[in-house]
Amino acid sequence: MIITENLTKIFRDKKRGEVRAVDGIDFQCFPGQIYGLLGANGAGKTTTLRLLATILQPTSGTARVAGYDLNTQPEMVRRNIGFLSTATALYGRLTARETVEYFGRLGGQNGSALAERIEEIFDLLGIQEFASRRCDKLSTGMKQKVSIARTLVNDPDVMILDEPTVGLDVMTSRTIVRFIKDCRSRGKTVILSTHVMSEAEKLCDTIGIIHAGKLLAEGSLEELRGKTGLDDLEEIFIRTVGLTE
Amino acid sequence: MKLQQIGIVYRKELRDTLRDRRTLISMVVVPILLMPILIFGMATITIRLVEKARSEGSSVMLLGSEHAPELAVEIENHEGITVIPPAEDFVRRIENKDLRVAVEFPPGFESRLETGTDSSDLEVKIYHYEGELRSTFALRTMQSILRNYRDRVVEKRLKDRHLSTEILQPFQTVASNVASPEKVGGQLTGGLIPYLIIMLCLTGAMYPAIDLTAGEKERGTIETILASPVSRGALATGKFLTVLTASVSTAVLSLLSLGVTLRLAPLFVEIGSQKGKQLFQFAMSFSGVVAVFAMIIPLAVMFSAALLAIALLAKSYKEAQSYISPLMILVMLPSLVSILPGIELSRLLVWIPVLNVSLVSKDILSGTFQWDRIALIFLSSSVYAAGALWVAARAFQRESVLFRT
Repeated sequence: MIITENLTKIFRDKKRGEVRAVDGIDFQCFPGQIYGLLGANGAGKTTTLRLLATILQPTSGTARVAGYDLNTQPEMVRRNIGFLSTATALYGRLTARETVEYFGRLGGQNGSALAERIEEIFDLLGIQEFASRRCDKLSTGMKQKVSIARTLVNDPDVMILDEPTVGLDVMTSRTIVRFIKDCRSRGKTVILSTHVMSEAEKLCDTIGIIHAGKLLAEGSLEELRGKTGLDDLEEIFIRTVGLTE
Repeated sequence: MKLQQIGIVYRKELRDTLRDRRTLISMVVVPILLMPILIFGMATITIRLVEKARSEGSSVMLLGSEHAPELAVEIENHEGITVIPPAEDFVRRIENKDLRVAVEFPPGFESRLETGTDSSDLEVKIYHYEGELRSTFALRTMQSILRNYRDRVVEKRLKDRHLSTEILQPFQTVASNVASPEKVGGQLTGGLIPYLIIMLCLTGAMYPAIDLTAGEKERGTIETILASPVSRGALATGKFLTVLTASVSTAVLSLLSLGVTLRLAPLFVEIGSQKGKQLFQFAMSFSGVVAVFAMIIPLAVMFSAALLAIALLAKSYKEAQSYISPLMILVMLPSLVSILPGIELSRLLVWIPVLNVSLVSKDILSGTFQWDRIALIFLSSSVYAAGALWVAARAFQRESVLFRT
């Protein structure tokens, strides 16, 4: 479960002055559902997700992630989330197994329980054959699988995925999509960001359209269609964003 | 829990670091090889050069040798001297190092000495190349030949007047060394060794510090780790301890290598000159090594923390390297000063970071333990170290540093 309350992030930039990257956003994501933040580049998607993952601290407002407050319990939040983006790379000099083991240990697991958990995930994702290879020797697809294994090892309740399929080939991106759907069916709360309309259309139970740091519209695809009287998500998006321009 | 997290981060970072070739080279290979190469290499080269210059013989030009026929023959017969015919361009030849020295005799040199009349205005000029090793050797040889000749003239004049030569030497001076070989060696090489160890401490920490901060940003692992169930404090501490380990291991390895080298040196190197013998007689006491090591620890803490804080500012490996090079110079300067002859610890120098440790280590290695100063320096470098640690810890909490755009 994710509940944001007036979540705001302001950057101070020498050239541009004050930038309201996330401007008082309120939304809720529920377990067993996929919430999609749809927005153009620079709309504030990544900053929102970084705030939820406690990588950045909100300027004002807050959010409760898996029942913990971002500002007061950031470590408990981190313990209960899996964060994945194209920017979350792996340690190249560690093997796949060492990588997943490291994050498992940081999550408080150890010994045979951790080993079993890793075996289980590696079997599930087909990582076994390259488990002892160093991450910098893996293909992009293999790396993505290891990244998924990394987010899964502590079995978090909330998955935060920042443009998870950007720049991936068809096969790898299918692996990711399968993983996202799998999370939903296991009752996890999933929030993802995307600028790909078809992906939002296919995957998300709720879509939030974000532009210039503000959440402009929210609802299921049907609800958005009802509100705008348009059928195509791209049209809906342009209309929603364009109206405020 | 937090301690456990620090341990997890530390073990991972250490494993990661030890798989980095650059780190391995600066942390293991360089300190082990540097000491023997430097000590064997420099010593043998210096000794060889000096001996070569000595044995090679010196070319000497005599100007106005007709005024000093007796001396000219003596110089010609002197071992290691080749007299070459006089020429106009002797100055250029000396400058070009084709000629070591030229000796100019004034007109009527020997005949005036012979007559015994007042000859104090007679001047024998030796043209030489100041600071050039072989020219200096030749100069010394010529000076000694001339001195002997003068002594003989004096002796003859005294004899003519029926006086004993003893009246010229009413007493003798004898120089007697009271410093132990340790101290003599300490003075000769003691300044260089702390300098090297301090520099190695810094370079050993440099690559891991960059790799664990700017390297993480460059490779995109920083977001991965910041979103993981680990506190920033534990992360920073684990990284700091890893860099410190690298720094201290570099120091330990270089000290070990130094000890072994000094122990083995006399067995392998043929040492001809007295100076060479002195160089290797510089035996380090075990307590001296331990004390130097203890003085280096707060310095290693300071270096590790400062390097981490600086490297964390950078977005890439390259950027970090360019930020760190001024720090290298900043460290190199004070520790270089400590090598200068005549620089001793003073009330003020005790507070100058790096230089203080460098100087006190020089003292310790030559067997002088001034406990009040040692304690004060340990304290002051610990204070600097704590300051650097505080800055590094703050940097890890700042978004503007972690995500600089």
